[in-house]
Amino acid sequence: MNIILEMRGITKTFPGVKALSNVNLKVREGEIHALVGENGAGKSTLMKVLSGVYPHGTYTGDILYQGEVRRFRDISDSEHLGIIIIHQELALVPLLSIAENIFLGNEQAKNGIINWGEVYSKTAELLKKVGLKEPPSTLITNMGVGKQQLVEIAKALSKQVKLLILDEPTASLNESDSNALLELLLEFKAQGISSILISHKLNEISKVADSITVLRDGATVETLDCHAEDISEDRIIRNMVGREMADRYPKRTPKIGEPVFEVRDWQVFHPIHADREMIKKVNFHVKRGEIVGISGLMGAGRTELAMSIFGRSYGQKISGTVSLHGKTIDVSTVQKAVANGLAYVTEDRKNYGLVLNDNIMHNISLANLPGVAERGVINEMRELKVANEYRARLNIRSSSVMQQTVNLSGGNQQKVVLSKWLFSQPQVLILDEPTRGIDVGAKYEIYCIIQQLADEGKGVIVISSEMSELLGITDRIYVMNEGEFVAEMQASEGSQEKIMRAIMKLGQDKSGQQTGEMVQ
Amino acid sequence: MSLDHKAAKPAKSPKMSLGFLKSNLRDYAMLLALVVIMLFFQVVTNGVLLQPLNLTNLVLQNSYIIIMALGMLLVIVAGHIDLSVGSVVGFVGAMAAVMIVDYKIDTTVTVLVCLAIGGLIGAAQGYFVAFFKIPSFIVTLAGMLVFKGLSLYFLNGRSVGPFPSAFQHMSNGFIPDFLSGTLPASAELNLASLVIGTLTALALVYTNVVQRRQHQKHAYENEPLLVFYVKNILIVLSIVYLSFLMASYRGLPNVLVIMAVLITFYTFVTTRTTIGRRIYALGGNEKAARLSGIRTERLTFYTFVNMGVLAGLAGMIFAARLNTATPKAGAGFELDVIAACFIGGASASGGVGKVIGAVIGAFVMGVMNNGMSILGIGIDLQQVIKGLVLLAAVFFDVYNKAKA
Repeated sequence: MNIILEMRGITKTFPGVKALSNVNLKVREGEIHALVGENGAGKSTLMKVLSGVYPHGTYTGDILYQGEVRRFRDISDSEHLGIIIIHQELALVPLLSIAENIFLGNEQAKNGIINWGEVYSKTAELLKKVGLKEPPSTLITNMGVGKQQLVEIAKALSKQVKLLILDEPTASLNESDSNALLELLLEFKAQGISSILISHKLNEISKVADSITVLRDGATVETLDCHAEDISEDRIIRNMVGREMADRYPKRTPKIGEPVFEVRDWQVFHPIHADREMIKKVNFHVKRGEIVGISGLMGAGRTELAMSIFGRSYGQKISGTVSLHGKTIDVSTVQKAVANGLAYVTEDRKNYGLVLNDNIMHNISLANLPGVAERGVINEMRELKVANEYRARLNIRSSSVMQQTVNLSGGNQQKVVLSKWLFSQPQVLILDEPTRGIDVGAKYEIYCIIQQLADEGKGVIVISSEMSELLGITDRIYVMNEGEFVAEMQASEGSQEKIMRAIMKLGQDKSGQQTGEMVQ
Repeated sequence: MSLDHKAAKPAKSPKMSLGFLKSNLRDYAMLLALVVIMLFFQVVTNGVLLQPLNLTNLVLQNSYIIIMALGMLLVIVAGHIDLSVGSVVGFVGAMAAVMIVDYKIDTTVTVLVCLAIGGLIGAAQGYFVAFFKIPSFIVTLAGMLVFKGLSLYFLNGRSVGPFPSAFQHMSNGFIPDFLSGTLPASAELNLASLVIGTLTALALVYTNVVQRRQHQKHAYENEPLLVFYVKNILIVLSIVYLSFLMASYRGLPNVLVIMAVLITFYTFVTTRTTIGRRIYALGGNEKAARLSGIRTERLTFYTFVNMGVLAGLAGMIFAARLNTATPKAGAGFELDVIAACFIGGASASGGVGKVIGAVIGAFVMGVMNNGMSILGIGIDLQQVIKGLVLLAAVFFDVYNKAKA
């Protein structure tokens, strides 16, 4: 098979840091090439070198594309040759339509006047290829993340893509959307389009990848051919972290006591469409020392459930009761929810969790400022002590607690958010996608923290789209679909198939229909 | 900040001090710029700038801008803007004049009522911004028109004055020399003013030393010792020197005392209190702040109330200084106030900014106004230069951030 891309001896340094050192990458024509590595291993940097974000001259080494040495000055240079990169954070304009987004910067126009007929017919054609049924005039803001991802791919197709680069495409997708996306990649492969897939999800990689390149600390560890040999996930993980990962989930013997937290008949309506019932009279409880998981597809209503309980931060016409230790508590505002011992760690730490331009110390104390203050005056020394304690306890890697959180890696940012909520002294913690976009090593640390909290007697609720994660760390799992709980199982008796079956059994007749997305 | 704990230990090498200054460039650059600008005008005006009379005028002229900059800083840090403050100055000044001159209402009562009016105006605007989520730019643009119109209406196009001396004293009065007679009359020095200035300087240094000690005890990042010494010596020298200059004219103006108290108060609020911290969090990331249990709406509302009260105070000081309320009073003040905050390092997107920065920014504008007027530069060119300075300051900020 021909080599479409070869990157040879790529070295890229930032002031004080060698981000890439002598990295080699070979992608064959028409293959799906997975690029894996822990956060900070240099995957994104390598792709930025390839796509011209870092122009020729700012790195050393050669890029051979279609047999020629290329010197890209910017993204448009590489796009011109069919190298399209789709970033983890989607670059779509929310208030423009699908069609407008697809042809943004590439408008089908003559003398500056757009030919809308052509735009729409071309868009319809592209949408068909990626399996989207929405009309081209749909606004991006009205679509779910999974479908937005597909629009990005349609956009790439409109540019005659030959090498498609996807940076964590399934990070924010649920299982079925992820599968659809992977199917699409396989289809492209059949059409001769090569792809580079950056992902943390090893099961996806083993499903679609033809070869795998592992990066660690800015260097190539090895390239594996998936067809030549059988490659175990353990081997990849071992290569990524450079150490033996005996178990991806820490072992623990739960000591489960009496029910601590109970939610009864919880009903929530959509914040804008008042007649749309988003949460349909849900009942659940958490026992002392127990980790409860909530599984479900994107749009099942898990985040909506959590946020509506946490100070009515979502929805309207909310009814139902929440009780702690058998006593009904008032959770009508965030202040009251926090005061009554609730904490909610958001799934979107950058937008909802952290004040990014502030430092670690200030972020940790934010939810419990009275805890470091007397009569409204902050005791800086106490605040510093608290911050340093959590920094040590949760192993937050930083130069000091004065470091701005924007400069931290995803895992360390998550630890700061966790610290903030631990310092608020909660009885019950709701963790929404606590390990999203976090590398394997940091995930393990987060799992340990979660288990430690449960062992201290707190009630812990974990919402996750990764079923294996829920099965690995929780004690009991609720399965949620379309605003209600459709199954409950002990984690020890559960399996991914069992969870999926519970969801599909109900969703069969409605599959493909768009479920309610969160509107903020 | 790239300093680790090791750097926090007392450092003697000038190299480390240099490195520290480099990484905290923004904090010192504006102060340095102010000093350079002052020296520049001191030289080109042949020493007129720092003559006791002119220095006193400089303080009087800029007092209302600085007072409003304190409130504006909070509004900007919270992620908003207030365009109405100039009109509010005019309106409150007009109300004060109508009450005192036309209706002969007692001065103290008038002052209190006028502060309340300022607060109410802030509350009205803050209500729409905070609870109805109407962009502050629009609400306060409306307020700007409304209160400009209302002051015209109440003054009926007249200039109303003069004020009784008690009211004038707020702006034109000086600290009485309660130590007079201890010096020979020939010295012509307001000794009390000099003593107050010196004590203030020493108190500042004392708090700095205490804070540094405490920081060291807890391995908190400190500036290098050299920087600390130089900074404190400069603080003492400049405060003592400036109060000496003013003492040799008529002493410390009352309004300077008001200003100093307010600056101290707002510095304390922004750096040491939970409410200050919450305003920064609100401006830095409103959603995260709300989910951390902060009542973001109420907080936004209060920053506008606060701004209104300070604009009311500024309105009275301005009216007292001119000794009349005119329909045109306050026109364009909002621009100077906002410019002061941005020159002082506040970020237009919220969450960033320091009280002391806004004060320095206001003085940068003030010294330039004053210096250029002494040189006889026309108002046309003055505006061009001030505009360019604003742009340069913010450019420097953004450029620095991009490089870091």
